[in-house]
Amino acid sequence: MKVLVAVKRVVDYNVKVRVKADNTGVDLANVKMSMNPFCEIAVEEAVRLKEKGVATEIVAVSVGPTAAQEQLRTALALGCDRAILVESSEELNSLAIAKLLKAVVDKEQPQLVILGKQAIDSDNNQTGQMLAALSGYAQGTFASEVAVDGERVKVTREIDGGLQTVDLKLPAIVTTDLRLNEPRYASLPNIMKAKKKPLETVKPDDLGVSTSSTIKTLKVESPAARKGGIKVKSVDELVDKLKNEAKVI
Amino acid sequence: MTTLVIAEHNNAELIASTLNTVAAAKAIGGDIDVLVAGEGCQAVADAAAKIEGVSKVLLADNAAYAHQLPENMGLLIAELGKNYSHILASASTNGKNYMPRVAALLDVDQISEISAVEGADTFVRPIYAGNAMATVQSSASIKVITVRSTGFDPVAAEGGSASVENVSSAQDAGVSSFVGEELAKSDRPELAGAKIVISGGRGMQNGENFEMLYKLADKIGAAVGASRAAVDAGFVPNDMQVGQTGKIVAPNLYVAVGISGAIQHLAGMKDSKVIVAINKDEEAPIFQVADYGLVGDLFELIPELESKI
Repeated sequence: MKVLVAVKRVVDYNVKVRVKADNTGVDLANVKMSMNPFCEIAVEEAVRLKEKGVATEIVAVSVGPTAAQEQLRTALALGCDRAILVESSEELNSLAIAKLLKAVVDKEQPQLVILGKQAIDSDNNQTGQMLAALSGYAQGTFASEVAVDGERVKVTREIDGGLQTVDLKLPAIVTTDLRLNEPRYASLPNIMKAKKKPLETVKPDDLGVSTSSTIKTLKVESPAARKGGIKVKSVDELVDKLKNEAKVI
Repeated sequence: MTTLVIAEHNNAELIASTLNTVAAAKAIGGDIDVLVAGEGCQAVADAAAKIEGVSKVLLADNAAYAHQLPENMGLLIAELGKNYSHILASASTNGKNYMPRVAALLDVDQISEISAVEGADTFVRPIYAGNAMATVQSSASIKVITVRSTGFDPVAAEGGSASVENVSSAQDAGVSSFVGEELAKSDRPELAGAKIVISGGRGMQNGENFEMLYKLADKIGAAVGASRAAVDAGFVPNDMQVGQTGKIVAPNLYVAVGISGAIQHLAGMKDSKVIVAINKDEEAPIFQVADYGLVGDLFELIPELESKI
């Protein structure tokens, strides 16, 4: 079966981001960018499905700027067969991205689409669910285990109280949680080979999708800073402070 | 202007975060209706009718909604939601699961995890793991929103007298089914709503050592959380994880034991009123946000703390 994996280019998770002085957003100039960690897990899961003989072809797709080709090359180096970049320099909302992905799904007809559960920049946690709704497919979000069995897939999900297992009819959408797997590293020979794999570029207009949005960001600010605390010398002092100064116990 | 709040429940009782979501609806203004969708959940609807400020409770009691499968919940909420200006749910794993589906079916953008309401169309939400706060304005005809519970003080669970109306609709998309679940059992308070949270990290070294935290927690009525490192190492189950990808907590007192304080962990707890860090590494980033820091060996300090508290 064919598997489609969506990946996003985001600020590297170790970067401490700074809000721009004019409060229009976060300063991304000269900041290290990487593949969103949840998307890496999605790619890894797809590659494992191929290694198990379940998947026959893996198509990686990204919606983003020209530079997102880097992340698609990474996905190819990790084992994806070909890539599609839906090129857009604007910052798009989840619904627009879901509509673009829906157009790609219509064209490619994958049996399974794997996405990360959220991007660590916008923290929306929406795209997979929206794509599922638009295609009318079932969804297995926050997956920590995925088992394809014929025409169905069993997904174990991380929920507030523990774990839940659902059975979905294929084609279906799965979004990954951190515990689904541990992504591999791309080896140098694979990185070299990835340069020869096909990467197709399309524009939102080519897909006939309007990317207009009803959400406007008015401002972006730094969160209220916590004032520096103190170090206490002993447990007695800590208990005393908590009881008499902070009055929390 | 009327807001539809989707009740968070387990078919037997209403979950407290619903009260925080109603508080967010109250901040938006206008009437508030609550939808209780589940199976055998009359008691939940009765409880929802008593919530302060609620005008009407819609009860959709049907096997299709027993486990709140998003394929069915999405169809139901999108159908009922057409008559509302705002649709709100708690940013729990349930709310996060079905609300984007509702938004896509209604062809509107969704706003995730708001932590403040500035007006009927303007909201504040954290981005970049809480390292920036975005103020967003929505011109969508129906505003579909999930609410971060720790951003809103709950409304009173008693005092209201709303009517309960049955919804006959039974939406079954027929593409998914519930197989089973494994719920962690605990007598301690629920993590997200606890007044005191004690969390352990990699420094705990193994699962048995968490007993020390449980003993301390039981003594002061606290919930026990964990960092991702502790969960990945198998010390504790994943539903105890606090952070960007786990639960967001904002208790009066948060005690971080053997936790270094990575960006992703801080995202889940830095709105706590008072933070205490116990760590042997005095350079650990957690000390930069802690109100009270204690440098030393947790295996000596925790038992001592337990005996003196």
